[in-house]
Amino acid sequence: MFELTEDQIAIRDMAQTFAREEIAPHALEWDAAEHFPIPTLKAAAALGMAGIYVRDDVGGSGLSRLDATLIFEALATGCPATSAYLSIHNMVAWMIDRFGAPEQRAKWLPKLCAMDLVASYCLTEPGSGSDAAALKTRAVREGDHYVLHGEKQFISGAGASDLYAVMVRTGGEGPSGVSTVLVEAGTPGLSFGANEKKMGWKVQPTRAVIFDGVCVPVANLLGAEGEGFKFAMAGLDGGRLNIAACSLGGAQSAFDKALNYSGERKAFGKAINQFQALQFRLADMETQLEVARTFLWRAAAALDRADPKATRLCAMAKRFVTDAGFEVANEALQLHGGYGYLADYGVEKIVRDLRVHQILEGTNEIMRVIIARALVQRGN
Amino acid sequence: MHIVVCIKQVPDSAQIRVHPVTNTIMRQGVPTIINPYDLFALEAALALRDQHGGEVTVLTMGPPSAADSLRKALTFGADRAVLLTDRFFAGADTLATTYALATAIRKIGETFGAPDLVFTGKQTIDGDTAQVGPGVAKRLGLLQLTYVAKISALDLDNKTIEAERRSEGGVQILQTRLPCLITMLEATNEIRRGGMADALRAARAEVVTWSAKDAGVEDITKCGLRGSPTIVKRVFAPQARAEKATMVDFSDTPPADALIAELFKRQPKLETELATLARGY
Repeated sequence: MFELTEDQIAIRDMAQTFAREEIAPHALEWDAAEHFPIPTLKAAAALGMAGIYVRDDVGGSGLSRLDATLIFEALATGCPATSAYLSIHNMVAWMIDRFGAPEQRAKWLPKLCAMDLVASYCLTEPGSGSDAAALKTRAVREGDHYVLHGEKQFISGAGASDLYAVMVRTGGEGPSGVSTVLVEAGTPGLSFGANEKKMGWKVQPTRAVIFDGVCVPVANLLGAEGEGFKFAMAGLDGGRLNIAACSLGGAQSAFDKALNYSGERKAFGKAINQFQALQFRLADMETQLEVARTFLWRAAAALDRADPKATRLCAMAKRFVTDAGFEVANEALQLHGGYGYLADYGVEKIVRDLRVHQILEGTNEIMRVIIARALVQRGN
Repeated sequence: MHIVVCIKQVPDSAQIRVHPVTNTIMRQGVPTIINPYDLFALEAALALRDQHGGEVTVLTMGPPSAADSLRKALTFGADRAVLLTDRFFAGADTLATTYALATAIRKIGETFGAPDLVFTGKQTIDGDTAQVGPGVAKRLGLLQLTYVAKISALDLDNKTIEAERRSEGGVQILQTRLPCLITMLEATNEIRRGGMADALRAARAEVVTWSAKDAGVEDITKCGLRGSPTIVKRVFAPQARAEKATMVDFSDTPPADALIAELFKRQPKLETELATLARGY
């Protein structure tokens, strides 16, 4: 647990090489141009990174959640937002692998694992974010189709993706009325809002997804009616680990830049890393990163062995790692002085990207709700 | 088809510094890489395997840590890795190196099937001799094609290979019989990227490790420092040349005319010589 296996080191090194050679050199340019790097994502897919924890009979890599955190951290050292998008795609692929019928697995997964199809995950709505079970997008069955009406908000990849895993209401109020359906791009009645102007995560489009009488075959229902919320929440445990891993990778990259810069930059006649005040800050940043990483691995290992505390541990990891990641990145910017504020140095992009990791995949406040709920129940 | 690719683990020259006073190479803490020239050989071999079937064995001679480079080669898709490591091999020049490698390739042939092709890079970035490939071919009695830019045809039934060899002033298209040894020219292909499955396979693969004895070395005095007649007299960093660049003004004259005028100014005889030549036509 406290040492990676040779297998894990090998896949991490492979993802790091990919990040260093294929992502990092372009990340600033993609960010400035708001370019969604689909060809690069497909190249990652060709290497086995689009179906990381999908079983291998349909083209997946059959790896563990812990393996995935290593991969997403490594990719995020090149660009956290690119890595995070890939994690969303992986979540959809996993959901179909885990809960899909054999025909659904055979139909969708080979294409998703190769990224011939790019996927988005649609849970949040304009009126329901943290209170996800209050979602209102409705799917009414008519013969062998569902007809969808409603709107999803903040959907990563929307407009560019080929397949949307959509949480819809097929039954009554609350979580038990929610189902999961797969909607293909190009279905009549499916449309998208404008690409949102965001602080960070500019390399992936974020749009509203609008369903106006979208007709979806019943064959696209995942599992049974009413199981959707369970699927959505199960996906989020792993999703939170990934979002945390992406924050960690970004923060590590910002820290490495700061460490390097502090050895080059001279003030008052010596390199600034010779001042103890700065050394202490570097020491604290490194400590934060290592503590965050260690705990992230623990939570991932818990999810892999289906530990009953896994949901709580994943929530703790998401909260702690994304807070630490943002703080370290922000501190790295500060250590760069005025240069840190300039886009060319690459640190301000990381800070902008990592800010949203404290918000999405369940806000860090909701993480506390999840943790506290379990505590209070136990206390009673 | 069985292809053997010889690779070498070398210090990453991009990260090497020369000591400013002693002019010696500062190797401490310099990461190692696969000799970049060898990657062109490896990719050429992998491409042939993908096209015609068979196996690629990568071979290196070096310290135990050279296994890292072999594993890296496995992540690119090589099927098997053989490490030749023994203190007797230390300090080898190209003569001793070719002896050891040729012996190991014979052993590979006995153990895993006779190679149809042996690939090496054109040269290494640390020694730069370009002698090892041809030396191995000579010792094994293989035909050799050096400075190959492209394998244009391979006929396994008739045991022939056709390759484009870059030579001064042009490209030679050569055909020869298998088995043969090929030294690949740089920038002739691009090494593929290994995927997750390759990374896992490489991590789990066993690197076949042979001592001099395992490889069947009969005469230990031909190995390592003892088998190396080369004497390094001096290592030095070349002096920077103090030559000034000449600025040529293109503002009034077309560039070609301005350059020719500059050339004639520097080589006063050239203009008359060219004029004489021109009269001959």
